[in-house]
Amino acid sequence: MRPLPLALALLAVAPVAAAQTPVLNILTYDSFTSEWGPGPAVEAAFEAVCACDLVFSAVGDGAELLARLQLEGARSEASVVLGLDTNLTAQATATGLFAPHGQTAGNDLPVPFADPNFLPYDWGYFAFVYDQAKLAEVPQSFEDLAASNLKIVIQDPRSSTPGLGLLLWVKTAYGDRAAEIWAGLADNIVTVTPGWSEAYGMFTAGEADMVLSYTTSPAYHLIAENDATKAAAAFSEGHYMQVEVAGKLANAPQPALADQFLAFMGTDAFQSIIPTTNWMYPAHRPAAGLPDGFDQMITPAKPLLMTADAAQAARKPALDEWLTALSR
Amino acid sequence: MADRAFSLVPAGLAVAILLLLLGPLAALGLSFQGFTLSGAELAALRFTLLQAALSAVLALLLAVPVARALARRRFWGRGLLISTLGAPFLLPVIVAVLGLLAVFGRAGWVNSGLATLGLPEFSIYGLQGVVLAHVFFNMPLAVRMILQGWQAIPAERFRLAASLGFSPAATRRHLERPMLREVLPGAGLVIFVICLTSFAVALMLGGGPRATTIELAIYQALRFDFDLPTAARLALLQFALCAVAYLVATRISLPSGFGAGQGRLGGPPAPKGWRCVVDGVAIAAVALFLALPLFAVVLNGLPGLAALPASVWAAAGRSLLIALASTALSISAALILALAAARGKGWPALAATLPLAASSLVLGTGLFLILQPYFRPSSLALPVTMTINAALSLPFAFRILAPEARTLYADYQRLGSSLGMAGVAWLRWVVLPRLSRPLGFAAGLVAALSMGDLGVIALFAGEGEATLPLLVQRLMGAYRMGAAASAALLLVVLSFALFWGFDHWGRRYAVT
Repeated sequence: MRPLPLALALLAVAPVAAAQTPVLNILTYDSFTSEWGPGPAVEAAFEAVCACDLVFSAVGDGAELLARLQLEGARSEASVVLGLDTNLTAQATATGLFAPHGQTAGNDLPVPFADPNFLPYDWGYFAFVYDQAKLAEVPQSFEDLAASNLKIVIQDPRSSTPGLGLLLWVKTAYGDRAAEIWAGLADNIVTVTPGWSEAYGMFTAGEADMVLSYTTSPAYHLIAENDATKAAAAFSEGHYMQVEVAGKLANAPQPALADQFLAFMGTDAFQSIIPTTNWMYPAHRPAAGLPDGFDQMITPAKPLLMTADAAQAARKPALDEWLTALSR
Repeated sequence: MADRAFSLVPAGLAVAILLLLLGPLAALGLSFQGFTLSGAELAALRFTLLQAALSAVLALLLAVPVARALARRRFWGRGLLISTLGAPFLLPVIVAVLGLLAVFGRAGWVNSGLATLGLPEFSIYGLQGVVLAHVFFNMPLAVRMILQGWQAIPAERFRLAASLGFSPAATRRHLERPMLREVLPGAGLVIFVICLTSFAVALMLGGGPRATTIELAIYQALRFDFDLPTAARLALLQFALCAVAYLVATRISLPSGFGAGQGRLGGPPAPKGWRCVVDGVAIAAVALFLALPLFAVVLNGLPGLAALPASVWAAAGRSLLIALASTALSISAALILALAAARGKGWPALAATLPLAASSLVLGTGLFLILQPYFRPSSLALPVTMTINAALSLPFAFRILAPEARTLYADYQRLGSSLGMAGVAWLRWVVLPRLSRPLGFAAGLVAALSMGDLGVIALFAGEGEATLPLLVQRLMGAYRMGAAASAALLLVVLSFALFWGFDHWGRRYAVT
């Protein structure tokens, strides 16, 4: 009854994959590969052109993705890593595990963006989402929000990428005044959740007036649930962006297929899947445009984004500021 | 000869458990140099200890009157209530939290009630919410453990007390207090250590970074900072706290030594008068406290149940498979260690308690590092999950079996050896029939816990390997909160069915 030997015995019967067609392994995050995410459609579309077998392996989210990659190191079976955001790419580059992507196609991001190792596949603006039926006075800025009695749920920057995004949003918008803003927000924060789903779940359960999410979140309710009550508040400071990227690993077992996939990522076949599965903006606007409903989303006047290096440098001091302001 | 083989098996098992728990720490590069805690880590340590101690004490204080009332009263629905006591413990954390919020949250029933009465709002967010949730999760477990203690007092002793004309106070002093002195430290230890490693509850209901636990610091070290040695160091700190708590509990606990009865089930006498009212209030209060959030979970999940995606059923099948395999592993290990502990040794209990303090994230990450050079992680998802679920649930199974195994040993060992009973015969004719009730309860608990656990599968799962808890998480991640609530309800129903099945089987078998 020793546990481990049994585990090993069960291994013996684990199926061995027959390797006739080449296999392209892509490491990504969970919600990308779930049956409601882009994964299944992307897999079908790419397999139709690549004469290969595309296999996704998934971990929790962007931050976990980077940790997982570091755990696997150069031994990783993956050729492509998809799902890091630009707040993590400096750390990812520093691992030395990535190779230049060599792609020359540009992108349609609202701010200029280019990175020798990472190609964007989608992006969005962080925003506070609320229910129009319940909220009469919508705050126009963080200062408005701090002065109001509204209750918000946010994610913890120590365990989630949206939480980290909010941290850098306040930092980019307010610089040295960030600590003051957080102190002002302290009494508005109902609670801080480990990840996005818990926060969004609490918001839909009516526990808070607003939740940190994306400007495109209302599109899900509008398109998938035919519910027009959700909206994102436009903040005058501007909105911090989340840019999700993919990169090729230096030790990719299938470098040619990896290149082919990264090029495919910029085509309509991939990009048109993104809006209604990942509920983000595609990095290249598809020829057919965005699905109906996306035109009703707010367009922030001022996109904010730190460079990868600036985000990496700002993270630790901004986190300390956040902890101090909210621990009082 | 046979006896030596008998003690080698538990010793080997204890070593295997230690290797399974400490191997991952070594793999993460644990080093003892500069073993200091930063200011933030110290604050996390303080909060962790505070909330765990409060939760354990409060859960025990509330559990004792409820367990006593359940032990001495017979009423319609008693069996159902005792079974339902297992339910909160089996809920996935996020589901339970949403259930609690539906009752105690800002928009919850309690606050709507208070508002209509013109009373001020009750805020669940803060230390009070963390403790409330931990009591909700763990108090029922304590009730079950203490109830077992009451039922384990031979009925003859209560009759003797009655014929000697004992007052209620004298019965308490001579029968009930010694039993509580034996059972409470163990139950408190389990709850304290569970709450030590709490992470999601503390964060979601704690209201902000003031409610940071050590487990969150581990999470941060593993996920954002990729500081493996720090994670290993903090995981070791959790083990150390668990070991200290274990030593304290062992010092307080005293065997009650009631001696053998004829196996009659009677329970304590049921006094009339005001004590009857007190018991009624205790039972009604706990039933309400547990039932309302559970009712909210059912209410949230029912509407979408019919529209669940087909993938739910495959995931449910996978979860059931994991749960049953984990149960077989865990119960066998717990029985071996409980019988070894009954001979008066201390190490089996420590080996069976330490997994409680294990951070599943550290365990999973360490095992990943150890196994990944040799195997594809996704091919290991199911066996690793089974093994870790079995290890993590071992402490509960052990705690449930150990007191009764000790009583069994004290009462029947001499008779058994005088008849020359050993090995299989001893197991078949003495151990299994005598222990079937705690075995059934333990197996039910382990099976249901293994259904719900997802800490590890997420690290290893590849494409299409999702278990039901992972699917719930994926549904939430895809904005499908309603479908997630329905899948969670299915998970709860299946977990509860497993629990009820095993528990019922154990009790049936015990009577015949």
